[in-house]
Amino acid sequence: MNSPDAIVEVEHLRKAFGELVAVDDVSFRVRQGECFGILGPNGAGKTSTIRMIYGFSPATSGIMKVFGLDFLDNMRAIKARIGVCQQENNLDPDLTVLQNLEVFARYFNIPRPVALERAAALLKFMALDHRRNARAIDLSGGMMRRMVIARALINQPDLLILDEPTTGLDPQSRHQVWERLEELRSKGLSILLTTHYMDEASRLCDRLIIMDHGRILVQGTPADLVKEHAGHEIIEVVEPEDRLRDYVKLRRLRHEDLGHRLIIYINEGDGLFREISDTYCNEGCIMRRATLEDVFLKLTGRELRE
Amino acid sequence: MRITPPDISRRFLRVWQRNLTVYQESWKINFIPPLLEPLFYLLAFGVGLSAMVVGIQYQGEAVSYLRYIAPALLAINIMNNAFFENTFASFVRMYYQKTFDAMMATPLSLDEIITGEIIWGATKAVIGTLLMQAVISLFGLITYPAGLLIIPLSFLGGLAFGAIGMYFTGIVKNIEIFNLPVFLFITPMFLFSGTFFPIENLPHWAQQIALVFPLMHLTAMTRALAFGVYDSSLLIGLGYFALFCLIFFPLALYKMRRRLLK
Repeated sequence: MNSPDAIVEVEHLRKAFGELVAVDDVSFRVRQGECFGILGPNGAGKTSTIRMIYGFSPATSGIMKVFGLDFLDNMRAIKARIGVCQQENNLDPDLTVLQNLEVFARYFNIPRPVALERAAALLKFMALDHRRNARAIDLSGGMMRRMVIARALINQPDLLILDEPTTGLDPQSRHQVWERLEELRSKGLSILLTTHYMDEASRLCDRLIIMDHGRILVQGTPADLVKEHAGHEIIEVVEPEDRLRDYVKLRRLRHEDLGHRLIIYINEGDGLFREISDTYCNEGCIMRRATLEDVFLKLTGRELRE
Repeated sequence: MRITPPDISRRFLRVWQRNLTVYQESWKINFIPPLLEPLFYLLAFGVGLSAMVVGIQYQGEAVSYLRYIAPALLAINIMNNAFFENTFASFVRMYYQKTFDAMMATPLSLDEIITGEIIWGATKAVIGTLLMQAVISLFGLITYPAGLLIIPLSFLGGLAFGAIGMYFTGIVKNIEIFNLPVFLFITPMFLFSGTFFPIENLPHWAQQIALVFPLMHLTAMTRALAFGVYDSSLLIGLGYFALFCLIFFPLALYKMRRRLLK
C-alpha cells in the first residue's frame, strides 16, 4: 500500500469501544494537495476515524500511514506535521488571542520570534488582527472557530485535519471559513475534514467518503457520486396521486416514495418533467438539480439520528 | 490492558510553561492567599489561642505555640497548593476547557501533559511556600539557614500531593466527587498530623494511623528544619516521599491514560 502521492493511507481500520464497533473496516487514501471529506450522520464514525489519524485515540486494528510513515512508530514526528482543528473550540480562555498562538507554538518547540511572526501573519489571514489582545473567551463563535483554525496552522502543517469546521456558525462565518480553507487548498495544503453539511462537502471536497454505522458506503468525487446515485435532476412532487405512482413504476423511474412527497431521480432533460407536471401535478411539483444531499439521504436513510 | 512504559521527554516543560503563562496573567490575585493566610492563622492562634496553650514541647524543650504551629502552616500550604491544583484546577483544564485534548493533537504525549501538570502543582507549592515563609520569617519563627531547606522540601511534598491529586482526577466521574477525598483525606490530615497539637496526644491506634499520613511526615520535616534540628524525621520523611511518588506518579499516569486514551 505505497502510493507516492498519498498523504494518508488507511487500511482495514477498526475501532471498537467494548461491544460497540465505531469504525469497521475503513480504507481510504488522501492524496497530496486534495481536500478529502468524511461525511456521515451523527454517530457514523467520522470523528472516531479522524481521531485515530491525529493520534488522539489508538486504533483497535488496521494499518495507518501518514506522510508515508507508519503511524505507531512515528507518532511524534507525524503529529509535528499536522494541524488539528477539533470539534470543540478548546482555546485557553484565560489567555489572549495572541498568547493562545504563542503558547501553542511552544508545544511544537517553535522559537518565539518565529512564532510571533507566524502568529501575526495568521491573525491577518483569519481576519483576527484587530482582536489580537482580546481574551479568547470574549470572541464570538465565528471568531473562535477562525482562531482554532489559525492555531492549527501555527506549525505550518502538511496536513490540516478539521472535525466539523463550521458546525454552529452563522452563514456569514461559514462562508468566511470556507473561503479561507479554499485559499489554503489552492496553496497546496492537503485537508481532511468531517462534516454533515452537504453544501460544505460539495464546495470544498475534491473527493469524499460517506460513512454510516462505522462503514464506508460510497467513495468518489462529489459530481460522480451525484451522477451515479441521484442522477442529474430531481422532480419532487408534493401529495402525489396514485396514478403518478403507477406511471413512475410503469416507466421504471428511480424514485423514493415518502408518502406525502415523491422524489423521482432522472437523467433525461425536462421532457419528462413537462409530462409529469402537466398530467399529474395539482399542487407542488418542482424540478431541481440533484445534489449531494440527495445522495446522502438516499444512502443513509431519512430516519432521525439522535 | 497492555502496560506501556511512560513516554516522557523534556517537552513536558511546555505544559508547565503554559500553566505558568496563565498564572502570570493573574499573579497579583494568586499572590494574596499565601501572604494573608499565615497572618490570619498567626493572629488567631498567636493572639487568641496561644495564651491558653501551655506546655507544648518540641524535642524535649518547651516552645511557644506560635513557633510550634508555624512550620505546620507551611506544610499544610504545600499540601493544599499541590493537591487542589492537580484536582480541581487540572480537572477544569481536562474536562471543561479541553486543554489536554488540544495538547494531544500536538507532538506532546499524554504522559508529558500529566507530568507537566504535576510538576506545575509542585511549583505552585514552592511559590506558595516562598511567599508564606517570607511572612512567617518576619515574626522570627524560623531558624536559618536550616529553614532554607524547606523550599526544596516544598517541591518534593508538592510532587507527592500533586501525584495523588492527579490520581483522583484520573478516576472521579465529575468535579463534585473531589469533595470526597477532601473530606476523607485532606481534612483529617489537616487536623491529625501533628499540625496543631503533638500526635502523642492521640490514642495509640490513632497515632499508628497518623504515621501513614503524608502530611504527618511533611509537618515533622518542616518543623525539624524550622527549628534547625537535623533529626531522623528528615531521613524517614525523604524515604517516605520517595516511595509515595514512586507509587502515585505512575499510578496517576496509568489512570489518566485509561481515562483519556480511548
